[in-house]
Formats: sequence, C-alpha cells, structure tokens
Amino acid sequence: MSVQKTKHKMPEQSPSERIKNFKEVPYGYSKEVAIEEAKRCLQCKNKPCMKGCPVEIDIPGFIACIAQGDFEKAAEVIKAKNNLPAVSGRVCPYEEQCEGQCTLKKLGEPVGIGRLERFIADYEREKGAKIPEKPKQLGKKVAVVGAGPAGLTCAGDLAKMGYSVTVFEALHAPGGVLMYGIPEFRLPKKIVNSEVDYIKKLGVQINYDVVVGKTITVDELMKDYDAVFIGTGAGLPNWLNIPGENLDGVYSANEFLTRVNMMKAYQFPDFDTPVKIGKVVATFGAGNVAMDCARTSLRLGAEKSYILYRRTEAEMPARIEEIHHAKEEGVIFKLLTNPIHFYGDKDGHLTEVEFIKMQLGEPDESGRRRPVPIPGSEEKMKIDTALVAIGQSPNPLIPHTVKGLQVGKHGNIVADDDGRTSVPGLFAGGDIATGAATVILAMGAGKRAARAIDQYIKSKK
Amino acid sequence: MYEILEKKILSDTVKLMKIKAPLVAKKAQPGQFIILRIDEKGERIPLTIADFDRKVGTVTIIFLEVGKTTKQLGKLKAGDFLENFVGPLGVPSDIRKYGTVVCIGGGVGIACLYPLVKALHEKGNQVISILGAKTEKLLIMEKEISEYSDEFYITTDDGSKGRKGFVSDALKQIIEKKKVDMVMAIGPIIMMKVVSDLTKKYNIKTLVSLNPIMVDGTGMCGGCRVSVGGETKFACVDGPEFDGHKVDYENLMLRNRRFVHEEDHACKLEDAK
Repeated sequence: MSVQKTKHKMPEQSPSERIKNFKEVPYGYSKEVAIEEAKRCLQCKNKPCMKGCPVEIDIPGFIACIAQGDFEKAAEVIKAKNNLPAVSGRVCPYEEQCEGQCTLKKLGEPVGIGRLERFIADYEREKGAKIPEKPKQLGKKVAVVGAGPAGLTCAGDLAKMGYSVTVFEALHAPGGVLMYGIPEFRLPKKIVNSEVDYIKKLGVQINYDVVVGKTITVDELMKDYDAVFIGTGAGLPNWLNIPGENLDGVYSANEFLTRVNMMKAYQFPDFDTPVKIGKVVATFGAGNVAMDCARTSLRLGAEKSYILYRRTEAEMPARIEEIHHAKEEGVIFKLLTNPIHFYGDKDGHLTEVEFIKMQLGEPDESGRRRPVPIPGSEEKMKIDTALVAIGQSPNPLIPHTVKGLQVGKHGNIVADDDGRTSVPGLFAGGDIATGAATVILAMGAGKRAARAIDQYIKSKK
Repeated sequence: MYEILEKKILSDTVKLMKIKAPLVAKKAQPGQFIILRIDEKGERIPLTIADFDRKVGTVTIIFLEVGKTTKQLGKLKAGDFLENFVGPLGVPSDIRKYGTVVCIGGGVGIACLYPLVKALHEKGNQVISILGAKTEKLLIMEKEISEYSDEFYITTDDGSKGRKGFVSDALKQIIEKKKVDMVMAIGPIIMMKVVSDLTKKYNIKTLVSLNPIMVDGTGMCGGCRVSVGGETKFACVDGPEFDGHKVDYENLMLRNRRFVHEEDHACKLEDAK
C-alpha cells in the first residue's frame, strides 16, 4: 500500500467571503478525514517529529490513537504534555518543528500533525474536556506573573504537580498575546477562554488588574510564595524612528491589534473602543504580526492593504501559510521598500508615506542579505493608516524593579534554558527572556521552568 | 469587581467617586493614575488619582463628563460596581523640598493637583496654589486645596470668582514679586502650554501632567506616546509628568483628537439611551 504523498486538505472559508468577517478561516478536519490523515503516519521508531516539539508531545502516540478512532485517548496523550492544544494546533509553526522533521517529508508532504492536534483539541472541547484528578497537594505556593502562553503553561504544569498556583495578570483578560495580539479569524477568543478554563479547573487562580512592578512588587511576591515565575512577554513595540511617526493614523501593531482583538473595536459602537482604518493601509514589516495587521485591515473595510518590506519574500519571517492567506485575500506586497518619512495634513492626520527602494547586498549577522537603499529611488504613496509591525522588545516594567536581577542588553531577563535567573527562586521564560519569539517556544519555556521550580522547591526542604 | 462606595457631584459635569480598591490604595502615590473599565463592553480610560485612603482601602477619582465613558460613569451610583480598576500606574511625582512651589490647576486638573499640593505642603515647601476655571460653577476643591496652601488664588475666565483672567496672569504677578523654585501645572493642554511658555522665560523648572489617550497603560501599545525634547516617550510608563518646557503640545493636542468623530457618535448613542 502506498502512502498518499500530500496532506489531506483542511476546508476553509473562501477569500472573498472571509475578508468580510472575523470568523476563523479554516474549518478543521472531519472525523473521517482525521483518521485518514492519521493513517499516513509511518510510526517511525526513532520519532523524529518529537525532536521538533518544544512541549514534548508524544506525537506518534496520539496519531496512532486517532488512526484507531480513539479520540479521547488521543486527547489524553496530548494533554499529558500540552495544556493549550487548541491554541498550538492553530498557531504553531509546524513546518519548522514537528512536521519539519517528519520522514514523509522526503516523499512529499509531512503528516498534518498540526491539523490533527487541532482536530483532537476541538473534539475534546466540544465534548467537554476531562479534568485530571487533583493530585496530592504539596502545600507550596507559586506565583506566576503574566497569563500568556508561558505563564499559563507553567501554571498548569505546576498545578498538575500539586502546587497551589496564583497567576497575576495586568490586563482584564487572560491569554496575553493570544487575546490581544492574534486575531479572531486565526485564533477565536472563545477557544482561548476555554483553554484558560481548563487551566483554572486544574486549580489555578488568576488575579486580573494586577500590574506586577506597580500594584505589587516581585519582592513582595518572593516573600509570600515559595517561587515566582515571570512570563510578561515582549510587550514593548519597536518603532521605525522616522519623521512623522507620531501623526494620527500611525499605530504600533500592538495598539491596532489590541484595540481590534481584545477591546473588540471591530464591533464599535456596540463595544466602546474605536479604531480608524481609512481606505488605504500600509503595514510595515513581514512577520506573522504584520500579516495579522494587513488581513485585519481588509476585514475592517480597507480598500487596499499593503505590506511594505525592505527585503524580499524569501527573507520574510512570517509563516508561509500566513503569507499565502494574506495574498489570497488581496494584500499587496511591496518588497524591497523602506519607509523614510510620514507626512500629514495641517490637522496632524497621516496622508502620505515616502519610501526608498532597496536592493540586497552582502549577508548580515542574521545570515540574510542586508538591504541597501538605491539612491534617488524615493517615491511617495498616499495612505490613510500606517501599522508598524517591526517587532517588540521585552516589557521593561519588571526587569528594572527587581534587585540583583541580571538583565540582558535588549532589556530581557537573563535566564538559563530552564528559566533560572540570577535570583534564587525567581524564574523567567518566554519572550521576556528570549525576546520576541513564538507562542510554542514560550509554552516550552513555561514547561521547563515548571520542572525547574519543582526541583528548586523540593531541594529547599 | 470594584465597588463605588461614595459619589459626590462637584458641578454639573464634574463628579467624585471613592472606589474600593485596597491593592491600588496601598501603593498609590501622588501623580499616579489608574485605568478603569465600566463593563464588559467598555473602553479602558485613564484617570489621575485624586486621593487615596490606605486604611479604608479606597481610591478617589474625579472626572469631567466629556465622552461616552465618563458620561456613563457619571450615571453610576454608590453601591454600583466597576468591572476593572487597575493601578497605580505611571511614575509618582518627585516630592521633595524645593522651596517655593506654585501649583496650578485648571478645570478638572484641579483634582489631580490636590494630592500634590498636600504632599508638597507636608514636605515643608511653601505652596502657592492657583486654581482656574471658565466660571465659578466649574471650580472644584477650593476648600481642600486652600487648606494646604500658604497662598491661594482663583482666576475665572468670566470674572465670576477671584480675578478675571487666566492662571498665567496670576502666575506672572507672583513670579515678578518673589523667587519661585518650581511650578507644577495640571489642566487643559493649552493651559499647560501657556504656563510653560511663561516659566521658560523666567527659567523656572516646570512639571506638567499629561493625559493622552491610552489603552493598556503598561507600555504595550504606545498609543499614549508624546514627544518630549524631540524624543518619543510613553506617558503611561515614562510619565505622566514631564518637563513642561520640552513637551510638544501641538502634537499632543492633535493626538488627543484622534477619535473625536467616533467619540461624538458614541456619545449621541449614549444620550439617546
């Protein structure tokens, strides 16, 4: 029997339809298709896919359960390692991780591991997730700062070990970037909430409206808890630092996406937070966040949505799937283009961007060819809105308020691979330690830190 | 949920509320602010802390009903609850002994001035307060502020109370009479600009407290960015107080009008309710 060389397709909303709504783009596999896709798995003895998984899921194990039609068992296998599978099953860069290592890739396409994970997570959620039995309580308390992917994973794992865990969140909603950053059409907020509910059912307490560093300090937490984990993310937007960036109409990707996703500005005036989009939108940058901005703009009614990027498509940091979806929806890519000046009218509203064309020169320290301006190639383009999506830096609120905490040159908290910082009992992981990366890497960091925290507390006895 | 323990009507459009928020009250310092959200569909708005009581665990806010959210807030009563109330945010005022400090409050900015006046007085400064309003009816907290002031002046645009004219006229007279070590000004942007322009001529250090549009209040969105001395600063984490001589007030005024049409629309819908 020969194996099908390509993944089973996941049905999705057509581009012309979906740019008119905020509903999720792909619909997910049916039971039948999931079983067929699972049967493609060769069940390799050396499990190469697992080497690519930051949260150590037994991938061949859960796929074997699906192939046998035992979806509940598959869910158990995943949940043994991953507290947020409906999230990672949607936003993981599988092509670089599990699927990137799949043996089938040599013959054609890898097993659709991400799609199968999503299928199981959705199946389980619709049925009502099973809560594992409460483990014996250890009588030890851990504080987790930030309810994003790193913090939630760390909290969930510690609760499963028997710790009493309290999460402190600055915003009014859980999820961190899952809630404020990633749009509804890529990660429905209902799904984030139900994953968070699972974490809460494990016994985790989440306290909102607490800005650690302001409302309470890390030092106070260190006194009241046996260990503290910091997962406050990369919340500080980077800017282009060009003239006119403070004009009305120029948003950081964070502000734009927070207004739309967390504050639900797309439902203004039913929801109170507004956003203005105009007719022509230019997004600067070409990562996943930039794609989210450009695609969100179309859904808000922009007639033209451009991505301006100073390198070429080959260097774009976004996932191929995101670029593909953006193109399908009509996002226009202007490559080798670098903005140099924003112009506004007398009332301070953005009207134009001036940019210069670039060409690729010698490789830089990232190994990508460095873009260099072509003299005399300046041009202007009329735009109503500019979205700056060129990355984020670690949130500075905590790193500088803790005595003795070693901070890196990018403002990140210095931590080892298991999250240990220079202060005993204080752990950190996710974007606050590494700088902006992916959801799954933050989840992996939260997981390793949970183990290190367990070791630390037990060694203190 | 955060309970409104007390509500006072200070003028037709200015209201005071004491909110039960023990964690915020415990850490609050003069010059800091909070962000609140009334309900699930609400927006997040920043309001300066007007007073706090650590023992009782309350934070006092005073607000002018200008937009949809503040109008809605004004309709709530003691016993009602707010969905979110987070703080204290921003850098506290640098309260020390400067010598003679002129504290200037305009409109609802007077409310934010009160904790500063009190703290500066308690540090042993000679505090001269000037309160300004369009008309007598809009003046608030005269009694509270005068209690902690060594000298106390009122100006109104229409002359209905105190001297007719602007706070800057009163300030000029004071500066010409005696040595002033420091000026603090909180109020409408145009007032802070006029005061700063004046004190710049006399080379008197001047602090202003800015209140731009914010979303998260933790340095995440950059919506509140202001240009200070040519550098971009975030009012929520770098401020809200800045050197008045360095603030780009024009840009601040424009940025505060970013959503004026949307606000009008939302207000009309709220009024129709």
